[in-house]
Amino acid sequence: MKLKKIAKHVGALGIACGLSIASFSAAAADTIKVGVLHSLSGTMAISETTLKDTMLMLIEEQNKKGGLLGKKLEAVVVDPASNWPLFAEKTRELLTKDKVAAIFGCWTSVSRKSVLPVIEELNGVLFYPVQYEGEESSRNVFYTGAAPNQQAIPAVDYLMKDMKVKRWVLAGTDYVYPRTTNKILEAYLMAKGVAKEDIMINYTPFGHSDWQNIVSDIKRFGSAGKKTAVVSTINGDANVPFYRELGNQKVTAEDIPVVAFSVGEEELSGIDTKPLVGHLAAWNYFMSEDNPANAAFIKQWKAFIKNDKRVTNDPMEAHYIGFNMWVKAVEKAGTTDTDKVVDAIIGIEAPNLTGGMSKMLPNHHITKPVLIGEIQEDGQFLTVSQTDGLVPGDAWSDFLEGSKDLESDWIKLKCGNYNTKTKKCLGAAAAQ
Amino acid sequence: MRNQTPLFGRWQVQLILLLSLCCSASVFAQDAEISTTAAAIDTAPTEALATTAPEFDTLVKALTQGSLPKRAQTAKKLGQLDDPRVIPIITALQQGSLYAEKSVDPLVAISDNAGNYVNALNGEKIPATQAEPLKRVPINNTMRSQLRTLLASLNLNDKKPAVRLNAVNRMIADGVDEDTIALLQERQKTEPNEDVRDAITTAFALMNLQSEKASVRIDAIAVLRGSLQQEVRSALLDIANNDSDIKVKQQAQFALDSIEDRISAFRLTENIFFGLSLGSVLLLSAIGLSITFGVMGVINMAHGELMMIGAYVTWVVQQLFPNQIAYSLMIAIPSAFIVAGLVGIAIERGVIRFLYGRPLETLLATFGISLILQQAARSIFSPLNRAVELPEWMSGSLVINPVLSITYNRLYIFIFGLIVFFALLAILKKTSLGLKVRAVSQNRAMARAVGVRASWVDAMTFGLGSGIAGIAGVALSQLTNVGPNLGQAYIIDSFMVVVFGGVGNLWGTLVGAMGLGIINKFLEPYAGAVLAKVLVLVLLILFIQKRPKGIFPQKGRAAAD
Amino acid sequence: MLTQRLLLSDRGGMIVLGLVLIAMVLVPVCNLLIPETSSLHISTFMVTLLGKFLCYALLALAVDLIWGYCGILSLGHGAFFALGGYAMGMYLMRQIGPRGQYGDPLLPDFMVFLNWSELPWYWQGFDMFWFAMLMVIVIPGLLAFVFGWLAFRSRVTGVYFSIITQALTYALLLAFFRNEMGFGGNNGLTDFKDILGFPIAADGTRISLFLASGFMLIIAYIACRYIVTSRMGKIIVSIRDAETRTRFCGYKVESYKLWLFVFSAVLAGIAGALYVPQVGIINPGEFSPLNSIELVVWVATGGRGTLFGAIVGAFTVNYGKTIFTSYSPETWLFALGALFVIVTLILPNGLVGLFKRNKKTPTENTVTAVESKTETAATKETV
Repeated sequence: MKLKKIAKHVGALGIACGLSIASFSAAAADTIKVGVLHSLSGTMAISETTLKDTMLMLIEEQNKKGGLLGKKLEAVVVDPASNWPLFAEKTRELLTKDKVAAIFGCWTSVSRKSVLPVIEELNGVLFYPVQYEGEESSRNVFYTGAAPNQQAIPAVDYLMKDMKVKRWVLAGTDYVYPRTTNKILEAYLMAKGVAKEDIMINYTPFGHSDWQNIVSDIKRFGSAGKKTAVVSTINGDANVPFYRELGNQKVTAEDIPVVAFSVGEEELSGIDTKPLVGHLAAWNYFMSEDNPANAAFIKQWKAFIKNDKRVTNDPMEAHYIGFNMWVKAVEKAGTTDTDKVVDAIIGIEAPNLTGGMSKMLPNHHITKPVLIGEIQEDGQFLTVSQTDGLVPGDAWSDFLEGSKDLESDWIKLKCGNYNTKTKKCLGAAAAQ
Repeated sequence: MRNQTPLFGRWQVQLILLLSLCCSASVFAQDAEISTTAAAIDTAPTEALATTAPEFDTLVKALTQGSLPKRAQTAKKLGQLDDPRVIPIITALQQGSLYAEKSVDPLVAISDNAGNYVNALNGEKIPATQAEPLKRVPINNTMRSQLRTLLASLNLNDKKPAVRLNAVNRMIADGVDEDTIALLQERQKTEPNEDVRDAITTAFALMNLQSEKASVRIDAIAVLRGSLQQEVRSALLDIANNDSDIKVKQQAQFALDSIEDRISAFRLTENIFFGLSLGSVLLLSAIGLSITFGVMGVINMAHGELMMIGAYVTWVVQQLFPNQIAYSLMIAIPSAFIVAGLVGIAIERGVIRFLYGRPLETLLATFGISLILQQAARSIFSPLNRAVELPEWMSGSLVINPVLSITYNRLYIFIFGLIVFFALLAILKKTSLGLKVRAVSQNRAMARAVGVRASWVDAMTFGLGSGIAGIAGVALSQLTNVGPNLGQAYIIDSFMVVVFGGVGNLWGTLVGAMGLGIINKFLEPYAGAVLAKVLVLVLLILFIQKRPKGIFPQKGRAAAD
Repeated sequence: MLTQRLLLSDRGGMIVLGLVLIAMVLVPVCNLLIPETSSLHISTFMVTLLGKFLCYALLALAVDLIWGYCGILSLGHGAFFALGGYAMGMYLMRQIGPRGQYGDPLLPDFMVFLNWSELPWYWQGFDMFWFAMLMVIVIPGLLAFVFGWLAFRSRVTGVYFSIITQALTYALLLAFFRNEMGFGGNNGLTDFKDILGFPIAADGTRISLFLASGFMLIIAYIACRYIVTSRMGKIIVSIRDAETRTRFCGYKVESYKLWLFVFSAVLAGIAGALYVPQVGIINPGEFSPLNSIELVVWVATGGRGTLFGAIVGAFTVNYGKTIFTSYSPETWLFALGALFVIVTLILPNGLVGLFKRNKKTPTENTVTAVESKTETAATKETV
C-alpha cells in the first residue's frame, strides 16, 4: 500500500525530470543566443554583476540596431555563484542546452581555468574581459582584458622614468595573477638593473584586513633614502583596509606612491577616497577619458542602469570592444559557427573608448592603449601618462623562464604555444 | 574683469578669516608628511618683491591652466611674491581644494570641503549659484611634492611653532642644500621655540656631514647621535659604509648602533600595539557571541551578519547627515545597537526559541538566516561595497617619535573595545537584567519558579548580544569594507576566540582575543600573513585538545554538558 | 539473512538504491545509444551533472553516518572530500605529461611559470594510478585519524567538535591557497587530459565515471548499512544517545567514534576523487567552511539517521541549486537560507520524514531519541 504511494511520488519525480531534460533540447531557432556567465551571488558578485548588466545593455543596443544577421540577439544569463566547478557546469549548460553562439564571462583566473576545458571540448567561444596573468592562449578564448605587458610593465616604466623610483615593494594577494605578475616584474626590474635587496615582495590572504605591520614594513623599507613605490596586485576587498592603513600611517602618494592593477572606478565608488588621492592605477580605460565615444557610452550606461551615480570601468570597456568585435566577425563570416567566427575575427578592428581602434591579434589578445592615472577625490582618475599608440597584448611573457620562447599565432602557426626554439607546437593545445 | 576690483577694506577682514582657516588647513597638510627626497625646486625668496595686484591675479589664474609643469613654474613665481594671500592659495592647490572655472578668465575659489567657496583673490564668499561651474584644479604627485617643498619654505616664518617645525622637517626630508641652509640660518636667529631650534640644528648637522673636513663630520655625527629621524639614519648609514676616513666611519657606526638599539625597543612596543589592536577587533566581534553562545548556548552563525547590519547603519547615518561626519559615529553607535538588537530579537522570537537545548540545530537555522540577511543586503544596498567615511578625528596617527606612531582609528577602537567590554560586564553583574540573565542561564526552572519571565529574558539576552554585534559593526566600518560579505570574514575568528577563551566567560573572551591578536602579530613577521593565520588555527586546534573548555573553563553545575 | 538485514528491512533505501540502479542503466543507454535528435536523449551535460550529484550523495552519506548515527557533527567534511579530490587531481595532472602548455615532461604548468625547477617530493608517485588511489584513501583517513584521535581522546564533543572541524577546514583552505604549497594556489589543478589512458572529455569516459560513482555509492551504502545494523552500530547509536552511560558500561567510546570518523572521512575522500575528473577542476574553494555547512544541510534536508535520506537530500538540494541559479539567480540564496530554517524548524526528519508520518518506523524512533537526548541535556543544564 505504502510502497505504491511512494512509487507514485517517485513516478511524478521521474516525469518532472524527463520533462526538464526534454525541455533542454528545445532551442528556438529564430534568435541568436549569447551566454552571459558572470557570478551574481557569492564573493565575486560585487564585480561581476556590473558586467552582466553591461552585456544586457550591449545586446539591447544591438537589437535596436536591427540585431545580427537579421535575427534578434537573446541574452542567456546564468549564475555560477562564485563557485568554480559551477562555472564549468554552467558553461556546459550554455553550450549544449542553450546552444549559445558565444559566451561573455568569467572574472577570476580560476573561473576561466575551470571553463577552459569545457569550452575547448565543446568548441565554443569565450570572451574574457579582465586583466590577467597571461600565460595562456586558447583557440576558443578571446582575451579582451590586459595581458601583463599591457598593464604592469608600462606602469613600472612610468614609475621608473617619471617618478625616479629606485626601490620596489611588490605587494599582492596570494593567488596566481599577483604571483605571475610579480614574477614578471621582478625579472623585468632585475633586467633593468634593480638590485635584489631593493625589491620587497609580500603576499597576503584574500580579504586581508589587518595591514598594520605590513604598512609599517613598507614605511621602513621606503625610508632607506631611495624613492620607493608599491606595485599593488592586492585584490578587491583587501584594498580598503590597506589604503586606510596607508592613510592613517601617513604614507602619502608623494612619498610612497602605490600603483594598483585591480583598483578601478567601481572599486573606488565603495571606498572613502580621501586617503587614496594621488595614488596610481594602471588600466586601459578610464571613465574620465574625454572623447565622444566614451561620453556616449557613459550616457547610455547611466540611462540603462537608471542610476546617475554609476561609474564605468575597464572590464566594461573590454566587453564593449569584445562584443563589437564579435558582432563584426559574425557579420563578416555570415554565420555564428565557431570555426568560421574564430577565423574571421582575427584582424577585426573595433573602436575602444579611449578614442582609438583596437584590433584582434592572431594570438587572441587585442591592442590597447595603456593609461596611468592618479586617483582623484571624486573617485575618478587623472591620466598622467599614456603610451604612444596601442600596445599589442602578449600571451607569453618574455620575462619568464618557461614562456619566453613561446609564441601564439592562430592564423599562421595554428598554435597557441609554439616553441620558437624547438619549432614545435606544444601540448594538446595544438588542436587541428 | 570682475575680480580685479578688490575692495581693500573688506578684504583685510576676510583675509584674517581666510588665514586662520588655511592655517588650520595647513597644519593638517604639514601633518601628513613624512620622508623621502623629492625634486626640490629652488624657492628662496631672497628679497621681497613688490607685489602689484595685476601680476598676482594673472599668476593665480595661470595657476589653474595649462600643463602641469608650467603650472608648477607659476606656483614657484607666485611663491616669490610677498603677499599674504599666497600661502592659502598654494596650500589649497596642494590639498586639492582650489577650484576654478574652465574659461579664459576664470573665477578661482578655495573650498572648505563642506560646500562653501571663497574667492581666492579677494576672499569674498561665492554664492552657491555661482559655484556650479567650478571644477577642482587637477594636480598630480610631482606637482604636489613640489608645492610641498615650496610651502615648507613659505611656512618657515609662520606664527605657529608646529607649522614651523613641520616646515623644517620637510626641508630635511627633501634634502638640505646651500639655499635651505641659508634660509634656516636666517630663521635660527629669531626662533624662540626649542623643538624648532633642535630641528634646525639637525639640519645643519646633516649639511655638515657632507663637509670636506673629517673633524666637522665627526662633530656632526656627535650632534646626530640618538636622533630617530629616518633621514639621519640613512645619512649615517651612508657615512658608515662609504666615508673615506676610517675614524668617521667608526663614529658613524657607533651612532647608528645606539640608534638601532632604541629603535628595536620601540618596534617591540609597536608590535605589541599591533597585536592588541587586532585583539580589540577580535574582542569586539566575539564579545556579542560570547553572550549568545556562552550564556545562552545558541550558536549564532548569523552573528557576522548582525555586524554587517551595524556597519550598514553607520553608512546610512552618514548618508542622512552628510555634513556631520565628525559626529555621525555618535549617532551610529546607538542606532546600530538598536537596529541589530531588534533584528536579533526578531531572530530569537521567530526561530531560535523553538530550538533551545539543540545547539547543533541552532547552528543550521542561524546559518540559513545569515544567508538570507546577506542576500537581503545585496538586494537592498547592491552587491557593491559602500563608502563609509572616516571622520577627521579618527584619521591620522599619534606620533610619539619618528619611529613609533599609533594610528588614531586603531587606538580609539582599542579603547572602545575595552569600554564595551566593561559596560557589558557591568550590565551582567550590576543590573537586574544581568541578574536575571545569569539566573536563567544557570537554572532555568528555578529562575522561573521565583518569577523570572524566562522567555522575555531570552529575547533580551539575545537582543543584547546582537546589539553588541551591531556596535562591533560600527567599529569595523572604520577599518574595512562595508559590504554583504563583511560578516563572513569575521565569523570563524569570533568563534575561535570564544572557544579559546572559554565559553560563558567574558574575561576569557578578553584574554582569548588579546592573546590571539598578539600571537598572530608576532608570528606574522616570520611566517608571513597567510601562514601566520594557518599556524594560529593549528595552535588553536591543538589547544582545544589539551583544554577542551578553553582557558577559563566554566566551573560548577552549569558546566555539566 | 545478510540481505534481509542490510536491504530488505530498509524499504526507503531499497527504493533509492533502485532508482540509482535504474539511472545507471538508463543514462548510458539514453546518452550513447539514443540519437541526439530524439527527445529521450540524455545530454552529456546531464550525465556529468548526475555524476556530480552521485559524488555529492556519497559525501552526504559519509556525513549522515557520523552525524545521524553517532551524533558527531563535522563541519569540516569538505576538507576530506577536497583532499581526496586533490590526490586524484595530482594523478590527473601527472597524466598530462608533456602535453602541458610549456611542454615540460615532468612539471605541471603552474610550476613552470612560477619557476619551480623540480617536482616536490610529495608529488612523486602520483603518476601511478594505484598509488594515487591509495592516497585518496590514506590521506583523508590519516588526517581524520590524527584529528579524531586527538579530539575524541580529550573528549571534545558536540559544538566544540563542530567548531574545531570548521577551523580545520578553514586552516586547510588558507594553506592550499598558498602558492608555495605546490598545489596550484587559488587556481588549483585543472586542464586534465586523460584518466587511465582514456580521454577525459570523451562520452565513454564520462559514462564510465558516472557508473563508477554509482557503483561506489551503492557499495558505500551497503557498507554503511552493514555498520549500522551490526553490533557496532548499536553501540554507536548508544554513544549518540548517552555517551557517558555507554562509557560506564565499559565500551571504549573513543575507539568507536574514531573508527567511524575515519571510515566516514575515507568515504568523503573517495567521493572527492570521483568528483574531480567529472568537473575537471579541484581548487581550495572546496575547503571553504561554507561548503561543509551546506553539505550538512543536504543531510538535514533529506532526513538524517536514515542513510538513504542523505542521498535524497543531496540530489534535491543540488538539483534545486542548478535550477535556481539558471532561472532566478537572485533568489537562490533566499531559497537556500529559507530551506535551512524550515528544515530545522518544521522538518526535523527531513524530506523522507514526510513519507513516514503515519507509521512508526525504526528510523523515526531513532530521531525522537536524538531529540529526547538533547532535551535531557537541556534539562540537565537547568536542573
